[in-house]
Amino acid sequence: MARITAGLTTSHIPAIGAAIDLGKTEEPYWKPLFAGYEWTKAWARENVPDVVILVYNDHASAFTPELVPTFALGCADEFPPADEGYGPRPVPVVQGHADLAAHMAQALILDEFDLTLMYKLDVDHGLTVPLSLVYGQPEAWPVRVIPLAVNVVQYPPPTGHRCYKLGQAIRRAVASYGDDLTVHVWGTGGMSHQLQGPRAGFINSRFDNAFFDRLINDPDDLALVPHIEYVREAGSEGIELVMQLIMRGAMGPSAEELYRFYHVPGSNTAVGHLVVRPVDQPA
Amino acid sequence: MADYTSEFDDIPGTRVFTAQRAKQGYNLNQFCMSLMKPENRERFKADERAYLDEWPMTEAQKQAVLDRDYNAMLDQGGNIYFLAKIFATDGLSYLQAVSTMTGMNIDDYQKMMVSGGRSPEGWRSVKDGT
Repeated sequence: MARITAGLTTSHIPAIGAAIDLGKTEEPYWKPLFAGYEWTKAWARENVPDVVILVYNDHASAFTPELVPTFALGCADEFPPADEGYGPRPVPVVQGHADLAAHMAQALILDEFDLTLMYKLDVDHGLTVPLSLVYGQPEAWPVRVIPLAVNVVQYPPPTGHRCYKLGQAIRRAVASYGDDLTVHVWGTGGMSHQLQGPRAGFINSRFDNAFFDRLINDPDDLALVPHIEYVREAGSEGIELVMQLIMRGAMGPSAEELYRFYHVPGSNTAVGHLVVRPVDQPA
Repeated sequence: MADYTSEFDDIPGTRVFTAQRAKQGYNLNQFCMSLMKPENRERFKADERAYLDEWPMTEAQKQAVLDRDYNAMLDQGGNIYFLAKIFATDGLSYLQAVSTMTGMNIDDYQKMMVSGGRSPEGWRSVKDGT
């Protein structure tokens, strides 16, 4: 059977992708940010799963004002990088795992999560920047990826509680898959940021670090935080943090923090990154 | 439902992109999406007014675009991720475009971000003044 062996969260700021693509990672502005991912890159070389279930949000790339799915699962064989207006990022095409995705679609929908299923999906910086941060600039990504796109652009996004429950359901779905695969679940987005209005530039490092503490140690309580508290304490775009609860739900009741990094700023945003593993490994 | 959306009005300097605003801004945001195509960007840059007049947008929405008044675009139902297609067409980064909404110049805004960003103090609640 398939097993979830690790989880990871990271911001997915587009300027990080541009800095990598344009060779600016050694510049003084960017150097401390990228240094914060060196531990993870070394860890990731030693811990390569078969599949990453990558929770992210689309930014007006694949989803237009015409269609706003709350949860959309990528079921295709591959996912090309999106052209976000500057040409597609020069990164490898993302290879999917259509069989596990089909299994997840069936298991999750029967578990009463009414997913939208995507058989054609261009993936934007929300998905490719985390891959670049963890795996650098390879010829091909070393893992297969199942994208899970969450609407956090138009309110209401799903509640933190719904995200947490979906993560728990993903854990059950993966465990019931027949083939012997190792799976990581990544929850991307955040930390605190606001990209609109006179309040833009909002950063709340105290909230962000408390969020990480609660994500590890008290996710049941964290899952009950209402949207208004995210907007008030993490900014209107900081609502992306609810996606990290999907990762946490997928770890099971207890998770161990392996690594944490926090840095301000990345463009308009606070950068946060965690690597965790489930404490109770299934037999 | 009313409580859910009206609660957001207590956050200073913020327009949360609700389902109601998405409906209000639908044509504005669709216009933005059209700028994903290079040929549309060229036509828009050649005659902004004429290009905007092809869209069933309100006059206030069109004027906000012509003025590059991003706060006014938010008021008219725009969302930053769609509006990004306008400032990408103008060759601006998120940082540059976002700073225009704050009343700060780009250098001061960038300095604020490098110094840890805008402090939450005084920006949490209109009602409570916190």
